[in-house]
Formats: sequence, structure tokens, C-alpha cells
Amino acid sequence: MAARIKQHYKGSRHMFIGRSANITQPKPEQNRVNCQYRNRCWRGCPFGAYFSTQSATLPAAMATGNLTLRPFSIVTKILYDKDTKRATGVEVLDAETNQTYEYKAKIVFLNASAFNSTWVLMNSATDIWPEGLGSSSGQLGHNVMDHHFRCGASGRVEGFDDYYIEGRRPTGVYVPRFRNIYNDRRDYVRGFGYQGGAGREGWGRNVAEMSVGAALKETLAEPGNWNIGITAFGEMLPYHENKITLNKNVKDKWGLPVLDMDVELKDNEKKMRVDMMNDAKEMLEAAGVKDVHTYDGGYEVGMGIHEMGTARMGRDPKIIGIEWQQPGLGSTQCVCYRWGLYDFCIMREPFTYVYGTYSKSR
Amino acid sequence: MERRELLKMIALATGGVLIGGELLMSGCKNPPALGGATFSDQDISFLDEVAETILPRTSTPGAKDAGVGRFMTVQVNDCYTKEDQDVFHAGIRKLNDASKEMFNKDFLDATAEERTQLLGQLDKEAKEHQKKKQEKDWQIKDAKSKDPESEGAKEQPLPNHYFTQMKQLTLFGFFTSEKGSKEVLRHVAVPGKYNGALPYKKGDRAWAE
Repeated sequence: MAARIKQHYKGSRHMFIGRSANITQPKPEQNRVNCQYRNRCWRGCPFGAYFSTQSATLPAAMATGNLTLRPFSIVTKILYDKDTKRATGVEVLDAETNQTYEYKAKIVFLNASAFNSTWVLMNSATDIWPEGLGSSSGQLGHNVMDHHFRCGASGRVEGFDDYYIEGRRPTGVYVPRFRNIYNDRRDYVRGFGYQGGAGREGWGRNVAEMSVGAALKETLAEPGNWNIGITAFGEMLPYHENKITLNKNVKDKWGLPVLDMDVELKDNEKKMRVDMMNDAKEMLEAAGVKDVHTYDGGYEVGMGIHEMGTARMGRDPKIIGIEWQQPGLGSTQCVCYRWGLYDFCIMREPFTYVYGTYSKSR
Repeated sequence: MERRELLKMIALATGGVLIGGELLMSGCKNPPALGGATFSDQDISFLDEVAETILPRTSTPGAKDAGVGRFMTVQVNDCYTKEDQDVFHAGIRKLNDASKEMFNKDFLDATAEERTQLLGQLDKEAKEHQKKKQEKDWQIKDAKSKDPESEGAKEQPLPNHYFTQMKQLTLFGFFTSEKGSKEVLRHVAVPGKYNGALPYKKGDRAWAE
């Protein structure tokens, strides 16, 4: 299929195996076993084969002897010294005892996922900036994004009846973005990628002519047709009016204000969704898939659980969210569904930057 | 298999969506107040027989061997909305009434052949009903997207058919049970490897997941 797609689109579109953070070789020095093909990564891999903080980085950090883990801690604010203009630590509320503690540090990294990081900023240094630390640019809480998805296409693959699969590979196929790059121009900006998978149908398939009885059981006990489906993940633009704000009237069980969210898809995303669906069909058909049908299961912001934005950073003080030059404070704003290596890459740059600033200022 | 995938699969098997799927996604935490009527041991035996007719014991275990009747009651109590719970409870009576009408005897007194004949007819009726329901759901959704205040948007959706509920829960309960996964399908907890081109011959069992 990959070869047919490549040929049909003259090398401008590609389908290849998805990338995931599963190790294929054992790492005894890290106490991690290679992937066992159970495809239960999201439960937390007991083999440590799938990358997670629990399987990989926390044990490594613990091994240094420099890490103290403090569970049940709610960071309520970043401590800020207005005289030295530095972040000096955090205030922590113990979720079990309701006691408050202060932790001082020379560098503070705020990595509480996108929305909670912003929530912490909104609650910090309010004596200087009423809307919170990093609010003076007018960007804090704005530009909420997610990936909009739940539309694509699927169909039946003929042949291969004498083949099946063994083991459950924890990833599928990926089609990287091809819209609005190189010479392609659409009536919207940015684009989308596809994630998908193929397999033989299981017991849940529709066997129209079957109703009840032994024949139904026997039929469903065997695999059905091969099929393949791909789902698009579209980019959402950073709109200023898509925002989260602190709701001071509604408090959680610790008396902390909750977040209000006011986010919607706009025309650009809606136009993109048409392509997301139709391109999927066209590509599958080009690859020889039969009975291809498109679907749009509808999307509400947040379903992607890839929340991003709300505290953007940069070098221009006019457009940045967090005062990037704020000595001693760094933040990563793409913390989403899984802590994969991808997020690591996102994190490396701010870390390097802040650490560099710190080293120079020391 | 991700829960999401599972729901999609069962939905396909019976047409439409998996009833109770929203709550199942969130881990089924119906407040006790939503529990509604409870199930008696007689209800569980009755549901076991319904399930056994849908997926009977052959040379391999059937639904009753897997305790599907009890499974159904847990799903209905924990994952169904109040409306679907009511439909299900009333369905036990309706199914028995249908048996009386067709064979002049209670479902539990009917022979295996009679039960299969009755449920075959209910299956047909349920499939037609769910198709109508789905069409109406789409019409309401469509009307709502155009004008939430319109007559069409305020139409009440059709309830689910009780037999669709029972069949969905039977397939779901049986093929995810230990007996169903290991003795009817093939189950390997830790494959340890992946082969995308495993030779297959007709009759080889499907993987449980």
C-alpha cells in the first residue's frame, strides 16, 4: 500500500510505520525488558519496554541519589521575589493533610501539563500582576490548541486470506502532513497527518446474515476480512480568543479556583476537516482498498487530549506569554497525553536555554 | 485492545452504538441512585438462557458456561442510563410474553429449537428497530445543528430495542470472558514477538485481542 500511495502521488505522500517509544532490545542496565507485543502500553508497561517517567526517567533520577519524590503535592504557586525579580521556589499544598510547604530553588521548571502550568502561573505573584506571573504580555491563558480528529476513512482489503497476525504491535501506520507544503495550496492554512492500522476483523464484526445460534458463535470465533482505517489529526490555529481563565467563584475540594475554558474550532479547522476525510478516502482507494467509506465522528475541543498553548514563550517580549527572560523560570507547554520521547525533545530547548541563562547569571 | 476500539467493534456487530458506551469509557460509575430495579436470581437464570440461545455450547463452551447472565446485570446496573435500564428490565418481561404468544409457553419452558426461532425473530425485529432509531437520531442531530429551537430538534429519540441490548451484552460478555477468550478464541497474554504474515488456514481461531 505504501508503494502504491508513493507512486500515485509521485512521491509527495508517504505511509510508513508509526514511531513509538518502545524498546526492541533489552536494557538490563536500566532494568527494562524489550517490548513483548502486548499492546497495553497505556496501562503502564510492567516490562518497562514502553517509555514513561515511571519506567525510564524516574528510576534513572532516583539512581543518582539526588531525587526526592514527594507525592500528593499540589503546587499552588511559584514563589517570586520582586526585589531580585527571580522565581525562588514553589508553594506546595499537601493533598492529604492540607498543610502548606515552601520549597526554595535556584531554578524552577514548571511542567504541570499545559493547562495546569498556566493555572499555577495565574495563581503566582498576583500581588505584582493581578492576572498572575507572565500575564503582562496579555497572552497568558490564550491560544488554546488541541488536535482535532475523529474523521478519516476505512475499507476492506482483498486477498491475504491465508495470512493472519501474531502478537500485538503497539503502533500502526503514519502518514505525515502533505497539505500546504511544497507547491500544495489549499483554502486553509497548516495541515494534518494520519494515524491508522490494519487487521483482520474480530468477533465484533457485523455478520448481516447471522442472527443467533451455534453458527453465529462458530463464525465469530474465526477472523473476518482484512481492513484498514486511517484517522486524521489536524492542526488547530492559536486563536487569541480561545482561552482558559481562572474561575474564582468555583473552588475545588482544596479551596483552589478551577479553570473555565472557552475554546472553539473556527473556519480554518472546519475547512481542513473536509480534506481530512476526503483525502483519506482518495489515498486508500489509490492503494487498492475496496468499499472505502469516510466518517466524521464529530469533534469537541479537548477530545484529542493534546492540549497545548496558554503560556507561549519566545524571545520577543511583545508576543511572549511567560517573560522568557524571567531569570530562573522555564516551562514546557506541550505536555499532553503521554510522556513520550517527543515531549522530551520539546523540553530540551527550554531546559538548555534556562540552564544556560542560569549558568551565565551565577 | 483499547476500550475505545472494543466499543467500536461491538457497535459494528449489532448496528449503531454500544448502549452504555459513554459510561463504560469512563469506567462505569453509575451513582447507586441510578441503580433502579435490581435483578433477582431468577432474572439472572433467565438471562443466562437467553445468552445461551444466542451463543450456545457446542464442542466449545457457551454463554452460560461463561456466566454471561450475571455479566449482563452488572453492565446494566453500572453502565446503562436510567432509560436503558428501564428498557432492559421491561425487556425480560416482553421476551417472555413474546414466547407465550408464539408457543403458548414461558421462554424457560420452550425447547432449544423454539428459543432459537423466537430469538431469531426478535433479532430481525431489533435490527429493523435500531435502523429506524439510527435514522431518527441523525434527523434530530441534523435539525439541532440547523436550528436548536426547531420542532425537529425537539423530537424525542426512539428508545433502544431490548433484544439489541441483550445481544450486545451477550457477545461482549462472552468473547471477553476467560472461557470465551481461551476456549473459543485464542488468547496469548504475552506474545513476546510480532509476525505480520502468520500463515492462516480456514478454521484457525481468531485472537481474543
